[in-house]
Amino acid sequence: MGHTKVDGKPNLKIRMKHRNVDRYVFFALALVSLLTLGTIIYFIFAEAVPFLDKMRLVPEEQGTTSKWGEHFTDTRLGDLFTSTWRPESDREEFFGTLPMIVATTVVTLGAMVLAIPFGLSAAVFVGEVGPRWLKDVFKTVLELLAAVPSIVYGFFGLIIIAPFVRVHLDVVSGSNGLTAALILSIMALPTISSLAEDALHAVPNTYREASLALGATRWQTIWRTIIPSASSGIIGAVILGMGRAVGETMAVLFVAGNAPFLTWNILRPLRPITSAIALDMQESVRGSAHFHSLFAMGALLLLITLIMNWTAEWFHGRLLKRQGLKGG
Amino acid sequence: MTDRSLENLQDGITKRSMTQWIAFSLLGVASLFGFFFLAFILYWIIRQGASAISWEFLTTAPRNMAQEGGIAPMIIGSVYLTAGSLIVAIPFALGAAIWLSEYAWKGWWLRAIRVTVNTLAGVPSIVFGLVGLGLFVYALGFGVSLLSGMCTLAMLTLPILIRASEEALRAVPRTFREGSLSLGATRWTMIRTVVLPTALPGILTGSVLGMARAIGETAPIMFTATAFLLTQPYPTSLFERVSTLPYHLYGLVQISNFYNETKSIQFGTVFVLMAVVTLLNLTAIIWRTRVRRKKAW
Amino acid sequence: MVIEAREKHGIEAPSRKDSVEDGMASTRDWVKRKFYGETIIDVEDLDFTYSKVRALQNVTITIPRDGVTAVMGPSGCGKSTFLRTLNRMYEVVPGAKASGTILFEGENLLKTDPVVLRHKIGMVFQRPNPFPKSIFDNIAYGPRIHGLRNKKKLMAIAEDALRRAALWDEVKDRLKESAFSLSGGQQQRLCIARALAVSPKILLMDEPCSALDPKASDCIERTTRELAEALTVIIVTHNLQQAARVSDHVAVFLAGGHLAEFGATREVFEDPESQEVGDYLQGRFG
Repeated sequence: MGHTKVDGKPNLKIRMKHRNVDRYVFFALALVSLLTLGTIIYFIFAEAVPFLDKMRLVPEEQGTTSKWGEHFTDTRLGDLFTSTWRPESDREEFFGTLPMIVATTVVTLGAMVLAIPFGLSAAVFVGEVGPRWLKDVFKTVLELLAAVPSIVYGFFGLIIIAPFVRVHLDVVSGSNGLTAALILSIMALPTISSLAEDALHAVPNTYREASLALGATRWQTIWRTIIPSASSGIIGAVILGMGRAVGETMAVLFVAGNAPFLTWNILRPLRPITSAIALDMQESVRGSAHFHSLFAMGALLLLITLIMNWTAEWFHGRLLKRQGLKGG
Repeated sequence: MTDRSLENLQDGITKRSMTQWIAFSLLGVASLFGFFFLAFILYWIIRQGASAISWEFLTTAPRNMAQEGGIAPMIIGSVYLTAGSLIVAIPFALGAAIWLSEYAWKGWWLRAIRVTVNTLAGVPSIVFGLVGLGLFVYALGFGVSLLSGMCTLAMLTLPILIRASEEALRAVPRTFREGSLSLGATRWTMIRTVVLPTALPGILTGSVLGMARAIGETAPIMFTATAFLLTQPYPTSLFERVSTLPYHLYGLVQISNFYNETKSIQFGTVFVLMAVVTLLNLTAIIWRTRVRRKKAW
Repeated sequence: MVIEAREKHGIEAPSRKDSVEDGMASTRDWVKRKFYGETIIDVEDLDFTYSKVRALQNVTITIPRDGVTAVMGPSGCGKSTFLRTLNRMYEVVPGAKASGTILFEGENLLKTDPVVLRHKIGMVFQRPNPFPKSIFDNIAYGPRIHGLRNKKKLMAIAEDALRRAALWDEVKDRLKESAFSLSGGQQQRLCIARALAVSPKILLMDEPCSALDPKASDCIERTTRELAEALTVIIVTHNLQQAARVSDHVAVFLAGGHLAEFGATREVFEDPESQEVGDYLQGRFG
């Protein structure tokens, strides 16, 4: 590359180069988020795989001494989906995570039974019925509710809701699935309400006008036009709320009762996946089968929430696409 | 239309307005629930917790298995952790936000990073705890320490900060950018001199919200940074454990079979935690509203 | 301008003789003479404010039954607002307020139930706004919200409405398809059919061709003429030729929301009473 004699040109070249440099610097910084997600997925699975791998390689081999110690004497991959959880034991260890999976399902579904009607009602009322100032106040309240630390919700559940449930439903312990579901429904409410309200807000005004001009009441307009038009956004909101409930740790740790037994009864003490990880990780020894089994549960949890998030994103994308189609 | 069918119409409309009235009432009652709950939980915490608050409670370390004394080390520990996590996360978050709003070229990478940020925001906090344990505590050898906790919390607050900063950057009007570029500024000069200063209040608001989130988190730090009742209550280096407000509460609840033993200390801790979180959030919300209202462009 | 308290005398109320409105009053008398007993809407002293901005001032007009009445004027003169007061669609916008009297079927429609009103006074909007549903469901929407469930009857109504909107032949084989699969002009005719399906007495059209190409506009215009055989059409348009082609009567609004002139289309176009209206009709402004 020869020297150019035109005045100013080298300078311009430097500036062009500079422009490219800053673009790639920021791109690199943006990649950090991708890297973070990659790291999360990698480390969870890297610590989970030894557990699964070991079990697959050495099935039923008594007394195998491996670098994992003697913890793998009698486990198989299929054991992960059995119903006995007894990770540290003198006689025989069982790593059945079915009780936790069922507990998470029960508690989450229970929470949704409450959070969906309340959350969506609030979104519809505030977005479509109430005055404008109410919407501002409501959004602030939701934001504050969402910001309450989960341990405070857990504490509240333990001291207020658990005794209430115990007395009024006449069960042995107030720390049970129902109490956890109640707390989780409150925690999922802001997510569901706020996002559903956004979805309703995105419905073009022309739909409202068209429906009202045909002599529909406001309620008919909401029920027959606005809600169906916003449905994919609303479904996305519900899924994200559900994801929040599935991944919630501290609150359920306080109130779910933590009994690792397989039951579909919501009035029994339950141990959801998140509580199991939080509780057992404090006791497990690094590198033991117990330790890795907890990462396996973490991997399962991560997988569930990733799928939920992507599904929600897909629904949301569909909403945007449809809105775009209308504009054109 | 005959008169007869008009009569039917009138009947139908009465019925429909009844339906509407019932529906709106039900919706209204249901939406009160959120307000009611927030009011109740705040009332409960203030009522139970305010009496525990004293100068001594805020400035001394716990004594006698936390049955006496205060929560000063927990406050300090939480502040260290939160501040540290923000210091780690903000450069990356701001850089990512600048890329997303200013430099991103349409296509695969943009979509990938968008999806990544949204996905990160949905990863359960306990998973961050596990990753922090695997990566910072063991793989990088930081041990259970302040540093591990900061890094773990930084991962958690990253998506919040990116989203808030990007929103603030995007709110800067195009005319500002064009004005700067038309004077011969490079893109980076334009961002540095026009976009960032204009977006700064929004970015700060986002950081305050991230801080509020980080300070209340328990699950990510319980294996990575914190411990209950340390012999050395105030950390002197990045490689020591810290006490934090949320974990102290967890510990108190764990050790007391009858919560009455440490009842007032538990409520005092919750009160302080909630006060900090709520005040941070309210500040951010009010600030944001004011910035949006004042916006002259 | 002095605002007087006035009695309401029903349809045959004599108009106020303000000095400013002398010209208007004579037009009104002319309408009264010509269309006596054929009035469908009688607007008196209509004022409209939107967040403290007056969009309509002292509008007094008698709209004859049947035929097409065009509402014209430069942009921002309040012609769309006027149309929206007639079926109270302005209420969708917060901060909007209308005062005065609009007599329709012997009642002041500003004081009646908007839901009943909109059943009788249908509306077609500027841009086609079908619901994201099938073609059939779009048309069945109106009858359904009024409580009709019978599939056969709905089908009959849909066919009738589509025929009147001159769309039936184009869509009869694809009623289950999404309304968005139609072209812009077809969508607008679908919206007309949707409005017709609740058998309104008046059809309000707010610049129905403004988002369409000339060919589609032409089709809508012909449809409008045919519809006017059986019901009253009030159409807002900024297109002078269009107004001349489709309307029997025109009302011209000028800046500030004043009604400047009202009369038979031919007469207004050929011999406008005021200079301003003449200027407007010759395309000098607006």
